[in-house]
Amino acid sequence: MHFYANPARFLGIARRLTLPLLIGGLVLAGAALAWGLLVVPPDRLMGETVRVLFVHVPAAWLGMGGWMTIAIASLAELVWRHPLAALAARAAAVPGATFAAICLATGSIWGRPTWGTWWVWDGRLTSMLVLLFLYLGYIALAGAIARDGASSRILAIYGLVGAINVPIINRSVVWWNSLHQPPSITLGQSAIDGVFLAPLLVATIGFSLLFGGVVLARMRALLAEAQAEARLRRRAAAPATEWG
Amino acid sequence: MAALKAKHQRLVLVIIALVALLGAGLLAAWALRNQASYFYVPSAMLGDPPAIGQAVRLGGMVQAGSLETAPDGVTIRFLVGDGAARVPVQFSGIVPDLFVEGSGVVAEGALRPDGTFLATNLLAKHDENYMPRELQDMSPSEARETVAETQE
Repeated sequence: MHFYANPARFLGIARRLTLPLLIGGLVLAGAALAWGLLVVPPDRLMGETVRVLFVHVPAAWLGMGGWMTIAIASLAELVWRHPLAALAARAAAVPGATFAAICLATGSIWGRPTWGTWWVWDGRLTSMLVLLFLYLGYIALAGAIARDGASSRILAIYGLVGAINVPIINRSVVWWNSLHQPPSITLGQSAIDGVFLAPLLVATIGFSLLFGGVVLARMRALLAEAQAEARLRRRAAAPATEWG
Repeated sequence: MAALKAKHQRLVLVIIALVALLGAGLLAAWALRNQASYFYVPSAMLGDPPAIGQAVRLGGMVQAGSLETAPDGVTIRFLVGDGAARVPVQFSGIVPDLFVEGSGVVAEGALRPDGTFLATNLLAKHDENYMPRELQDMSPSEARETVAETQE
């Protein structure tokens, strides 16, 4: 586990992976969206609105996956004091929040023609909105910690505690009567016809690659920022020691 | 050795904290199981009826053959059922596109003294099935054959 803890070694790998991940993600997601928007037939009930599915569902999965990334990285930071874990958690917050916001926006656009309403306070929609607010709180807290130089342990604890919301989002449509439909895809089976399922899975892979690429790029940026700051501090401290 | 111990101690502490947290979350979700439901199903509404005139939501399937339009043209009456019970519903206004007999609906409104549910708003509930139009009247095996043919 600590093999990749060396920032130089990590940077070497990250530098080589970032661009292929971003390009691969763009190509796959773009192809899947073109497929979903232009080729796939309309749904028997929803008609053309079914095409929102190919953005909404991957965004929902990655919104939750982003928080799981934060939670696992926070665990690694708290328990093993892994030096890159704090960085990984912080890097996953903004892309995760973006996907959660995309999920909420596209869901609302889909809900208006399908359900007849932009928004309802049912279990699934509310818990997903809570996830977006958790992300915003996390980003604000991370910014405050970076500014004041405080311990990042409180951020890791927040990341772990917030993970309780992810299974609640997942189970909300099973535990409670909700306007949102129950899960279409469960382990090993799908109520989504193959013509819709194939582009959906390709879009999910594409968006996941994009997510990975963005997280790596942000980790590199955060590392570079820390290094630049350390250099500035050394330079500022150096004259003082010479005169002292 | 000391470092290893500290590491294990932290792991145990975090696991205990997570288990406690998960327990608390599940208990909270369990306590909310009635309050957090978005709507009553018909059997729950008949078994433990809400107060007359109280704003509630009723959700279920629109019973096939029960939908009728009143002479004024905008008032509709239909039965909402869940397999165990049925509640008559009356609504005046524009219904969502997906509102058809045999599909799910959530009606916002209140129960009247005569047992009819007077809806002020209707929401169509989509189920978890996604299927192209061409395949909807076919059985699953027919649909698979058709898909296989078009892919050849």
